[in-house]
Amino acid sequence: MVDFGGWEMPQQYTSIRDEHFAVRQVAGLFDVSHMGRFRFGGAGAPDFIQKMVTNDVASLGHGQAQYNLLLNDEGGIVDDLVVYRGSEGFFAVVNASNREKDLAWFREYAPKDVEIEDRTFELGLIAFQGPRAQELLPCSADLDSIPYFGWGHGDVAGVHALISRTGYTGEDGFELFIAADKVGEAWDAILDHGRSAGVLPAGLGARDATRLEAALRLWGNDMDETVNPYEAGLGWTVKLGKGDFIGRSALEKVKAEGPRRQLVGLKMQPGDIARHGAGVSVGGRRVGVITSGTHSFFLGFPIALAMVEARSLQVGDRAAVEVRGREAPAEVVKLPFYRGSARSLSDKKESRHG
Amino acid sequence: MAERRYTKTHEWVAVDGKRATIGITDFAQSQLGDVVFLELPSVGRKLAERETFGVIESVKAASDLYAPVAGRITEVNDKLSAKPELINSDPYGEGWILKLDLAGDLPSDLLDEAGYKKVTEEAAS
Repeated sequence: MVDFGGWEMPQQYTSIRDEHFAVRQVAGLFDVSHMGRFRFGGAGAPDFIQKMVTNDVASLGHGQAQYNLLLNDEGGIVDDLVVYRGSEGFFAVVNASNREKDLAWFREYAPKDVEIEDRTFELGLIAFQGPRAQELLPCSADLDSIPYFGWGHGDVAGVHALISRTGYTGEDGFELFIAADKVGEAWDAILDHGRSAGVLPAGLGARDATRLEAALRLWGNDMDETVNPYEAGLGWTVKLGKGDFIGRSALEKVKAEGPRRQLVGLKMQPGDIARHGAGVSVGGRRVGVITSGTHSFFLGFPIALAMVEARSLQVGDRAAVEVRGREAPAEVVKLPFYRGSARSLSDKKESRHG
Repeated sequence: MAERRYTKTHEWVAVDGKRATIGITDFAQSQLGDVVFLELPSVGRKLAERETFGVIESVKAASDLYAPVAGRITEVNDKLSAKPELINSDPYGEGWILKLDLAGDLPSDLLDEAGYKKVTEEAAS
């Protein structure tokens, strides 16, 4: 067990390698109850959320969810979060390590006609992720009716759940919000149901490896309050034209001048795991640092993300990374490192919308 | 099979006459998590007691490997380059790391099973 944002979490249940393969080939079940969950109600909630985050939540219909960023006035990333819209208001899922900070941040800006409630401890959250997640989830709901980044209600193993087709692995799958006193029951039932097909419980190690292969950024590693969305490669979440929001004027300037740094993907040689904070150089000149790195059991080589000077590296370039006191060779590769089953869903969604 | 002895830094050594086999303990592999790579020395190299002879890289971190006893390397477990996970699955068997010809006496501070168990209990608490 390791401490993760104040929660005691398993790095692995059995082996990171086995759990990682289960997620990529069948499905894995993650306990992500540590993530912060807030409910926003009141007449002012839609306008309030729209002013707090970067993406356009006005475009969200009931039953839809959207990836978002919270920024400070300088355009730095306070946190990344998923915003859900329902008939009774909004719901947000934030990083565990930022829960208290985010709650204070929302409350500082909230007008009187917005209610904010921290539901983290009343609700459990588990994520069932993998190419066979839909087929192997014991569930009463018609899952085909829930599109990628959509959500609905249903019973999972006889327990009421809010079922969201979202995740942090690059695979198709579901995040299930279930009352805290019932979530253990659903957890056991999903594992029992899927065991013979190869479903495994998956810990933080498999979560980090799968999210990194899918190039999903981790707050605190790949981005923080000193990094703006364009540097983090998250410009697609910023809708400058939607009206005012915190950080917008700073971002307009960044957009006009061009970001000073960029996040790139690196492929390393077997055995050379680039660790967070390791220096990255080109031709002997230091251009940046590793923000995340691990060994990808699934791809068979180590992978890393690095924050480097803008235009210092392009796909196909060679770089050097400090590994165990020496310079290890790295190749800049296109992100993501791996496209899982979530991609076909987003493609379908895009084609449906024209 | 020779009796295993342990160090406080989580290596084990099994001595049979003048030959010693060394590896890392089950506790060490469980703390490291999935091992992905080992950087190991060549046969013939002489190791002093406590000398760093290699690096073990797991998903979590890179850690130095220390020689629990002094000696000359007679064999390196070649299987580990293709299957480093043997360290996790069988740390006292197929996951052995080096064989040495012992030089001099065994260090007096090597621990027996019970003594090492105490060390791991303290480390875990």
